[in-house]
Amino acid sequence: MNVIVCVKQIPDPALPGALDSSSNTLKRDGKLILDESDSYGVEMALQLVTAAGGGEVSLVSMAPNGEVSGLRTALAMGAAKAILVSDPALKGSDALTTAKVLAAAVQRLGGADLIIGATESSDGYTGTVPEQIAEILGLPSVTFAKKVTIDGSTMHIERQTEQGYDEVTSPLPALISVTAGVVEPRYPSFKGIMAAKSKPLETVTAADLGITPVGWDGAGQTIVNVSQAEARKAGEVIEDDGETFTKVVSYLENLKLI
Amino acid sequence: MDSYVAPLDDIISALRTVGLDEILTLPAFEGIDRATVADVLGGFAKLAGEVIAPSDRIGDAVGAMLDTTTGDVTVAPEIATAYARYSEGGWTALSASAEFGGGGFPGLVAAANREMFGSANLALSLNPVLTQSAIELLERWADERQRSVFLARLIDGTWTGTMNLTEPDAGSDLGAVRTTATPIGGDPANATRYAITGTKIFITWGEHSMTENIIHLVLARLPGAPEGTRGISLFIVPKFNLDDAGALLERNGVHCLALEHKLGIHASPTCVLQFTDAIGELVGSVNGGMEAMFSMMNPARLAIGLQGVSVGERALQQSSAFAHERRQGRSKDTTSGASLIAEHPDVKRMLLDMAVTVDASRLLVYLAVAAADVANNHPDAEERARSQRRMELLTPLAKAWPTDEGVRVASLGVQIHGGMGFIEETGIAQRYRDARITPIYEGTNGIQAIDLVGRKIARDNGLAVNELLDEISVTIERADGIAELSNAAKSLSEAVHQCRAAVTWIVEQFANSADAVLAGATVFLDLVATTVAGSLLIKQAADHVEDGSPDATMRVARAEFFAFDRLTRLPSLQSITLGNELLTAGLR
Ligand SMILES: Cc1cc2nc3c(=O)[nH]c(=O)nc-3n(C[C@H](O)[C@H](O)[C@H](O)COP(=O)(O)OP(=O)(O)OC[C@H]3O[C@@H](n4cnc5c(N)ncnc54)[C@H](O)[C@@H]3O)c2cc1C
Repeated sequence: MNVIVCVKQIPDPALPGALDSSSNTLKRDGKLILDESDSYGVEMALQLVTAAGGGEVSLVSMAPNGEVSGLRTALAMGAAKAILVSDPALKGSDALTTAKVLAAAVQRLGGADLIIGATESSDGYTGTVPEQIAEILGLPSVTFAKKVTIDGSTMHIERQTEQGYDEVTSPLPALISVTAGVVEPRYPSFKGIMAAKSKPLETVTAADLGITPVGWDGAGQTIVNVSQAEARKAGEVIEDDGETFTKVVSYLENLKLI
Repeated sequence: MDSYVAPLDDIISALRTVGLDEILTLPAFEGIDRATVADVLGGFAKLAGEVIAPSDRIGDAVGAMLDTTTGDVTVAPEIATAYARYSEGGWTALSASAEFGGGGFPGLVAAANREMFGSANLALSLNPVLTQSAIELLERWADERQRSVFLARLIDGTWTGTMNLTEPDAGSDLGAVRTTATPIGGDPANATRYAITGTKIFITWGEHSMTENIIHLVLARLPGAPEGTRGISLFIVPKFNLDDAGALLERNGVHCLALEHKLGIHASPTCVLQFTDAIGELVGSVNGGMEAMFSMMNPARLAIGLQGVSVGERALQQSSAFAHERRQGRSKDTTSGASLIAEHPDVKRMLLDMAVTVDASRLLVYLAVAAADVANNHPDAEERARSQRRMELLTPLAKAWPTDEGVRVASLGVQIHGGMGFIEETGIAQRYRDARITPIYEGTNGIQAIDLVGRKIARDNGLAVNELLDEISVTIERADGIAELSNAAKSLSEAVHQCRAAVTWIVEQFANSADAVLAGATVFLDLVATTVAGSLLIKQAADHVEDGSPDATMRVARAEFFAFDRLTRLPSLQSITLGNELLTAGLR
């Protein structure tokens, strides 16, 4: 079983980010790292391949400045090879262009039994790229996957919903987007990091993939305005008078959590 | 606030200043480049910050527990999980030899990882430190069969190692060791098995159940062995006996009788180990135990010196976070409300003192480890010998100064927290408690100072130390040519003069008035270590200035701070030479 994971390399969320005021987009010119959201997909892919008893995990990523450190992290976790699409012309690409580029990269790898993306990335997101890739590739797609088992050419998915989960069955090949936190991503081992050094990593341009126009020219959308996120409201303090638990219970009931 | 993020920029900068690039050009490290080193450090930093560091607080609170009926020792499950992730990741192997599954990396890179481990959890980090010592000792002294049985599993982390030197009457003076080894069949030289009997105390990680076996390295005396250190041999005593293929057999006769209640490093079990006819095998030669132990003493001492860096770094991170949250008083930059205490000049000074001291300590230990790498791997024999001298000279400096300073830095951390610093809740108190052991074990800092003046200075008539001081003169010249660093260079130049005067006095006096020299040994160590550390900070700043690095301004400020604050108030020659009689006369 072969799995391809679409991984994004993003500015380190631990460092303060900045917007490019001319384009209203996030500055991505510093060092980038593997988006934590994607580490779940990589882990799930590695687990599925192990469970299937064979095959390999490959990666596709689109990032500026030939950045590979996030890909190296995923290779160190155990992925076998990667394609990076890096091209100054891609600056300003919207979600659909990104999907076209990643879909072409998937095809360059010869496709796979399963394509995995994250539900959404952590830096700037629309939450639509995985489904657009599925549409371009003509594959069934299942969103919010939290548990996946493969049975021959059929995939069983537990799909997270607000109330609980749906049980979905899909034929393979297919695409899923996985929610954060559903598996525990492994830490790259010393051996894994060393092995990642010699794993195949091909860097291509949009033109190599035959995708034009891209970047601002290809974008069907513009960002007209950005505004400050609303500040978080102060929490409510409840004095413990010995009966506080009833207040907590009714608070949770109000939120329809219990 | 209690979190730890590995200071990779500081670490990588320090590695460069002490010569990582030159070490990577040695044939032994072919195929390892700067980028690979950065990847390895980055990978370990993640584990240290996300898995090991969160086990630190709970490990301190839970401590180690002995079940007196079974003799089993347990620690907080978080500690065991952190160890499991570390060993699964293959990190023990980093610098071990490739022949037994090691990664063949320079010790300098392993030291950087070890620093991070120590910051993340000092108590747990002792376990790999001791295992690493056991690995290095066996790589050097064990015979082929022993190496094949023990090394691979110590290197892959499935077993851990311990060092059993100390006994109730044998601490700083190991010549007093009384544990006995009796040959089982055959004469002492030809026996393959020995029965070991005696009591060892203070044995770190001497018992635990995180791994399936523990390999104890034990100093003991054979029948009829000469008195003192010349009559001590070294034995491997596994917790579970092994068959010829290395498979586990029954429990050996070594048991934990008690655990010590300690000021700090609570998660590290400090055991009283009773050996009762425990089966052991000899490593190295009959009565060659001290020689074998000495070969791992230098690396082990450097590992403990590094703990001063580790604990200081964690204290710094905690204190800086606290100072950026706690509001009190009003600084001149604030117009209304209370300001962050980080804005008060006096608090800023404490924070900078901590940061610069950690940097200086890191550079000093890394420099010694770099010398060891060259001494062990350089193709040229003369260069190996020179680096060996350098490493041996630097070892007492790099063990004692960073650990003494680590205690001071942790204490400053407590101070920055104000009253909350004295309250366990904030976690900074743990740094102070944990730091306090580091100047004591692995040879007290007093013993380091004696080693410095006797073996490392008087014995070679100051050759190694003068070589080092000559090299510092090169740094002075270089810094003198960089406008921003020329004032710092002046302070350094005066410090070097003071060192030379003190060295001359020691070389002259040692043979006839050793006591006078010993009376000033600790102060002399402080003088030389501070000077070397200062020279390294200045060299580091020069590296950044010449590179046009974005950190250049900060590095220059740090070098200047150390030069003006520390290099200008070094122990005077008068303090070093005041003599033993004065000490006697002054005590009641
Ligand atoms: C938490 C902990 C963990 C330890 N782990 C281990 C371990 O894993 N394995 C192991 O074998 N040991 C271990 N030790 C023992 C440790 O190495 C010794 O405690 C240390 O070497 C000092 O020996 P001592 O306690 O007997 O002190 P002493 O030797 O009694 O020293 C007391 C004081 O006298 C000074 N002094 C002693 N002799 C001289 C001298 N000749 N000249 C000048 N000053 C002198 C010392 O500097 C010190 O200040 C551990 C100790 C502790 C507390």
